[in-house]
Parts: sequence; structure tokens; C-alpha cells
Amino acid sequence: MEYVIEMLNIRKVFGAFVANDNITLQVKKGEIHALLGENGAGKSTLMNVLFGLYQPDGGEIRVKGKPVRITDPNVANDLGIGMVHQHFMLVDTFTVTENIILGSEPTRAGTIDIKRAEQEVRELSERYGLAVDPTAKVADISVGMQQRVEILKTLYRGADILIFDEPTAVLTPQEIRELMDIMRTLVREGKSIILITHKLKEIMEVCDRVTIIRRGKGIATLNVAETNPNELAALMVGREVQFTTEKRPAEPGTPVLEIEGLVVKDARGLAAVNGLNLTVHGGEIVGIAGVDGNGQTELIEAITGLIKAESGTIRLNGRDITNLPPRQIIEAGVGHIPQDRHKHGLVLDFPIGENMVLQTYYKPPYSKRGLLNFTAIYEKARQLIREFDVRTPDEYTKARALSGGNQQKAIIGREVDRDPDLLIAAQPTRGLDVGAIEFIHKRLIEQRDRGKAVLLVSFELDEVMNVSDRIAVIYEGKIVAIVDPKATTEQELGLLMAGSKRKEAGVSS
Amino acid sequence: MKSNRLQQLFIPVLAVLLGMIAGSIVMLASGYNPIAGFSALVYGAFGDTYYIGETIRQTTPYILTGLAVAFAFRTGLFNIGVEGQLIVGWLAAVWVGVSFDLPKIVHLPLAILAAAAAGALWGLLPGVLKAYLKVHEVIITIMMNYIALHVTNAIIRSVLSDEGFKSDPVKPSASLQSEFFGAITHHSTMHYGIFIAIAAAFIMWFLLERTTKGFELRAVGFNQHASQYAGMNVRANIILAMVISGAFAGVAGAMEGLGTFGNISTKAGFTGLGFDGIAVALIGGNNAFGILLSALLFGALKVGALEMPSSAGVPTELVDIIIALIIFFVASSYMIRWLLSRGQKGAE
Ligand SMILES: Nc1ncnc2c1ncn2[C@@H]1O[C@H](COP(=O)(O)OP(=O)(O)OP(=O)(O)O)[C@@H](O)[C@H]1O
Ligand SMILES: [Mg+2]
Repeated sequence: MEYVIEMLNIRKVFGAFVANDNITLQVKKGEIHALLGENGAGKSTLMNVLFGLYQPDGGEIRVKGKPVRITDPNVANDLGIGMVHQHFMLVDTFTVTENIILGSEPTRAGTIDIKRAEQEVRELSERYGLAVDPTAKVADISVGMQQRVEILKTLYRGADILIFDEPTAVLTPQEIRELMDIMRTLVREGKSIILITHKLKEIMEVCDRVTIIRRGKGIATLNVAETNPNELAALMVGREVQFTTEKRPAEPGTPVLEIEGLVVKDARGLAAVNGLNLTVHGGEIVGIAGVDGNGQTELIEAITGLIKAESGTIRLNGRDITNLPPRQIIEAGVGHIPQDRHKHGLVLDFPIGENMVLQTYYKPPYSKRGLLNFTAIYEKARQLIREFDVRTPDEYTKARALSGGNQQKAIIGREVDRDPDLLIAAQPTRGLDVGAIEFIHKRLIEQRDRGKAVLLVSFELDEVMNVSDRIAVIYEGKIVAIVDPKATTEQELGLLMAGSKRKEAGVSS
Repeated sequence: MKSNRLQQLFIPVLAVLLGMIAGSIVMLASGYNPIAGFSALVYGAFGDTYYIGETIRQTTPYILTGLAVAFAFRTGLFNIGVEGQLIVGWLAAVWVGVSFDLPKIVHLPLAILAAAAAGALWGLLPGVLKAYLKVHEVIITIMMNYIALHVTNAIIRSVLSDEGFKSDPVKPSASLQSEFFGAITHHSTMHYGIFIAIAAAFIMWFLLERTTKGFELRAVGFNQHASQYAGMNVRANIILAMVISGAFAGVAGAMEGLGTFGNISTKAGFTGLGFDGIAVALIGGNNAFGILLSALLFGALKVGALEMPSSAGVPTELVDIIIALIIFFVASSYMIRWLLSRGQKGAE
């Protein structure tokens, strides 16, 4: 019995669209098996088939050698298959333990035995090095911790095959390192893992084998030890991929965005942005580097008018836009690729085509005399879908049905196409495959070369260093240093982000 | 694709049949003849032009209350206040109907608009409280129902009559009643309101699906965060949605005041039309065309049921249970859909 999971010639179609075209995936016991493919290649679909969320239209699944039919997630649970979804399914107002036992509560005399459950959760957490507090409320813990709760949920149900769908996309670099350790512990304890990720570095670091799929078809299964990132990227995209984007030196023009003494309070009333100064010129890309939670989100939301600034001024092309309503800020020339694409970026129940005009629907040619002009709307949608390579069955498909990466490409297309004077890009390449990342970086640089200002916020130091012309380090709500990406190192940035002072350069903006 | 369409039609029919089977069991168990019972129900709804007229008359306000609930629902709100909005609409329509002497072409539209405005006003307050203070609209709209009921009764007693319990009949120039429909339906109370109700269904579809404002309303209904991000005024849209929903409910009141009854009487309790509107909307899938059909189902059941005690001897309490069973099965037709899809998988 060599394989714990065998998915043989799995086929899955949506209408006329073939999402999985006879894919074969075989996972050995005790290995970490990567599933790699472009956005929309069919990875999540394949895993949803394994977890019983979708029924395959063809092919066979064997678990530990036995052919099985996984008709729903309960069957998957019984077979020892657990899934950690990219978008967590937790009840915010419940505690960690309550969330974990939800659906399989231990009872004593008809009431839930919460003490015993907490004890069990604590033991599991210690055994796998998860360091989760069983009594904490889910709403109060970090995204990284929430993910561990999802992991515990599967372990509590006795899973020995764990599916991770893009677990690292939402994590900070520190949390990613911790997750890798957790995964290593899990396989040491005899679990098997299927890992979906777009980050080739992660595959090289923790995985044993990798299966590559492209446009719904299985391409190859390789031993990680015998391959390299360039080969993986080429197999996955079908062409050579450049990892660093070439660009000519910036030619900064006049200031487009000027922020002075900005103070923004967060939901708890603390000053998350605390006297921040920053200038972004036309024709340059300024990258914001910082550890999550140092005021990045509040800074962006204040610029775009989503939350109120306490004090300070924000000027766009010399005009004061502080605390204007979002529409006026948009019309003044601000584009925004939001960090949370499901919350802010899309109306998931609208067709992807209508999402393409989310800010411009009321203007001609999309609206005439108060009526929508669907011909014009869907024409624009088709143009953006083509230009930004959004893989979708058609422009009428609900945004919800698109793969995560393709949702992101649609948003980026929409924002870049509006050609704003200031483009704010928050984690623009989160969840994108290497080919798409290369493409998006090129588009950001193109905007810059056309004289527009770009403000990039990213937790990926690689991305910040690679794309930015200047890097502004944010720490506790202030810009504490401005550095030249060509003259700095990851180590130096790391120190600055952790709050250590820089003597020689000082703060300038 | 095609078989899907067929299934869409087939499922509600199957649901009604299942409801009737359950109803039969209840009737058998209590010693009544189900065949006689259901014959009476069908006959009482469609058996004669008179009954058809009555069914259409009953369907009219159901269409409008269903639209009111659905409109709010599609924009992310739960309007439990349709009942109260209907009552104030009824009052406003009758008030205008008895107070003025105007040509029909002005008077009738004015009375209907007054009803819409009154309903809209009754929706405005919960909308404002929701938008600015985040007070849940369900609580406010429930309370507004009681205010509507008792304030209306007081006005009927003190203003529209001399300490009496009903108003004067509305002037002919504001009436929806129809001699023509009366003549072709053996003097049923069917009135011209049905055209207004059907037009309202078209208006709702058009407003939501075709207009720029409708795009905004739907967007806010699905995702307030994304709507705000996109520059839409979320508060204004919440208020507008409640106002429009209330206006539909108010017009439903006008149907009763200017059509069915031709006046307004003090009420001991709610009419139930507004609450049934919730079920009409949900069964109609919150879509304008579906609501026309589900309102017809409700209208037919309500009117047909009146015949069951007299022709089949089934007591009214039992009739209510049987009607409830049918509605229950239609409402849970997603369950049937699920059973069907399982069956198909098994058959593969
Ligand atoms: N329910 C659905 N209805 C129609 N099409 C769907 C549905 N679910 C997925 N698809 C389509 O199937 C394709 C594969 O989607 P899937 O989510 O599996 O991609 P993925 O490989 O996980 O991509 P990503 O890396 O972007 O997450 C996409 O083009 C998507 O639009
Ligand atoms: Mg995916």
C-alpha cells in the first residue's frame, strides 16, 4: 500500500467548461505533496472533489488502496481527509474550542462537555506545536492563529490526510515559517499533506514531490529534490518566467500624493496611524514595507475615504481630499486594489462583467439616462478579461465562481484600466501564480512610466524590493525610514521594520 | 439547460402535490373525505367565473405585499413592516378618496400615490434608523406595525367618521371597482387593481435589473463594504430601499381601500396580507415573475378554502392546517430539489 490517496483520471466540468481534464494525483503516506498550477488551472476544484464538495464527472478515487465515493464532506471526514480552506469557515463569536467541536461535540448527560473538549484541544495543540489558546475568542486572534484553529479542527476529527489550499497567501513571513514547522511536525507524526501554493520557494523548502497542472490537465509529477524553481515555473506556465522585473530608472515628477501629520484611529480607538508623513510623486513607485498591523490598512482606508482621519491632511495633485466621501476621492483620480478582495473588491454574487464597472456604472457609456447599458458594460468586461488574462468561462459567470487568482486579476484590470493618477496596490499579487505576478508587476511599472504615482503595500519583501523605486518603512503608524531598494538588504529592512533606528540616513520624505 | 427549465416548473407542481397528499392524510385521519375536500378547494378557486374573479381579487394585494418584501430582501433588508405600511396606505388612499371631488384621471392616481407615499413614509423611519444608528430594521418595522394599526383606528373613529367604525365609501372618481369585471364574473369583487399589481411587478423588475439606481441597490444588498469601496452611498441606498419597499406595501393598501372594500373600517387585528407577503416573496424566489405566480397560489388557496367547510364539511381550523401544509411543502421545495439531485447522482 504505497499511496494513501489516489485520484485517477479525475474529470470535472462546469457547464461546457472543463475544469479538471483527466487529472491523476497520487500521494504517498507521510509526504508533503505540492499541487502547482496557474490561476484557474483547477487545483481548488480537484481538492473540492477529494473533499466531497464536488462530484467528479469521471475518474476514480482510492483512499489507502480502496476505491471510494466521496459524496459529501462528512464522508471525507470519515475517511480521514481534512481540508483547510483558503477562506476560513469559523464562527467569530465562538471560542477556539467551540469552533473546533462544532458538529462533533462531546456530550455528557445531554450537555456539551466543554472542559473535556478544551483539554483535548490543548493536548492536540501541544502535540503538534500549534500554541493555540483553546479559550480565546476567534474574533480576537490573528489570521495566522485562525488558520491553526482550522488545522486543529481537522485533526480533532481524526484527519490523517490534510489538504491546505493556499495557506500561506494570508500569512506574514514569520507566520509562514511557523506554518512550515507545523507541517513538518505533522508528517513526522504520520500525517500526509497536500499543499497548494504559488510560492515556489515554499515548495522547494518543505515538499517532497510536486504535481503540476496546466489548464485542467496534469503535466508532470516530480521529486522536488530533482527540480528547481525555473523548471517548475516553466512547466506550470508553459514558457520561461522572469523572476525579477526589469525596469528603467524612475523619473519622478511633481508630487501626486502628499500626506502630512496623518492620524487615524483603528476600530478600538487607538491611533493606528500616528502622525504619518509621506509623499509619492508621479512617475515613481513607493513601496510600504512593514510588519502587519503597523497602520498599513488604516493608512490606505483613510486615503481612500473608507475611514475618517482624526487629523492631518491628505492632498492629491495639490487638492485637499482629506475625509471626502469615497466617490469624490475616486473621481479625483485614486485607484485602489484592496487587500481583502472578497470584502471590498468584489460583489461576489454579481457577474464578473458587472464587477468590472463597480465604480463607473453610473457614467456614460455604461449608464444612459438612468438606465444601464449592458452592451457597453459587457464589452468593457470582455476587453479587460482578454487584456488581463482573467480565466473565466464567460463574462456572465458570477465572480464567486472564479478562482481566487482570477478574481484578483479582474480587480487589478478594473483599477489599472481606470488609469488613476494614484494607484494604491495592497498585496496586489496575493494568490497569483508566478506568470501572473510577472504580468502584474509589468503593469504597475507601466503605469509609473506613464507618469502615474503608485503606492505599493506588500508583506513580501521580495516584491517591495523588486518593484519599488523608493521603500518607506512603516512602524507603529509612522514612516520611520525611506530607503533605496538598490542600496538596502532584506536584513536591514527587517531591522527597520522591527523598529530599530537608522542613524545615517534619518527620516526624509 | 433545457431539462433544468423543465425541472424549475416541475418542482413547484410536485411540491403542491406532496402538500395535498399530506393534507389528505390529515383529512382521512380526522374522518373527512380528501377527494371531496380538495375538489371543493379547486372549485372554490377556479370552478366558476365568480370564483376566478375572487381569486384574482385576492391575488392582487398579495402580489404587491410580495413585491414589497422582495424588494427589501433583494437590497439586503428584512421588511417585516409591510403589514403596517399596507394599513397606512389603505388609510391614505381612502382619505384622499373621500375628501376630494376631482376628475377620475386625477383623483384615482392621486389616491394611489397617497397610499404609496404613506407606505413610503412608514418605511422611511426604519430605514433612517438602520442607516444612521444601525438599529435592526426587523425590530422597528414590527413596532411600526402596531403604531400603524392603532393610529389608523383612531383616525377612522375621530376624523373619517363620527365616532363610528368605518369611513364613508370613496368617491366613484377614486374607485377601482369595476362594473365590467363584475358583469363577466357573476358579481365578484374583482377590480382593476390587478393591472396595477402586474404593472408594479414589471416596475420592480425594471428598477432592479435595468436601472443604474437598481445596480446600486443590489450591490449594497449583497455587499455593503464593496459598495462603499466603490463610492456608493450605502446609507442613502438603505433608506431608499426601505422607502420603495414601503411604497409597494402602501399601494397594496390602496387595492383594498379603493378596490375590494371601497372604504376603511377599524380593525381588531392585522390583515395578515403583509405577513403572508413574506411567504409570497420567498416562494416566488424574490423575483417579480415568480411573485406573480406565488401570489396566485396564495390567492387561490385563500379563496378556495372558503368553499371547503360548506361543500365538504371540513371545519375551518382543519382547512387552515391543510393550506399551511401545502405552503410548507412549496416553501421547502429546495428540499425536493435536493432529493432529486441525490436521486440523479444515484442513477448515474
Ligand atoms: N462553480 C463553478 N462554476 C463555474 N466555473 C467554475 C466553478 N468553480 C470553478 N470554476 C472554474 O474552474 C476553473 C478552475 O478553478 P479553480 O478554483 O479550481 O482554480 P485554481 O487552480 O484553484 O486557481 P487559483 O490558483 O486562482 O486559486 C476556473 O476557471 C473557474 O472559473
Ligand atoms: Mg484556488
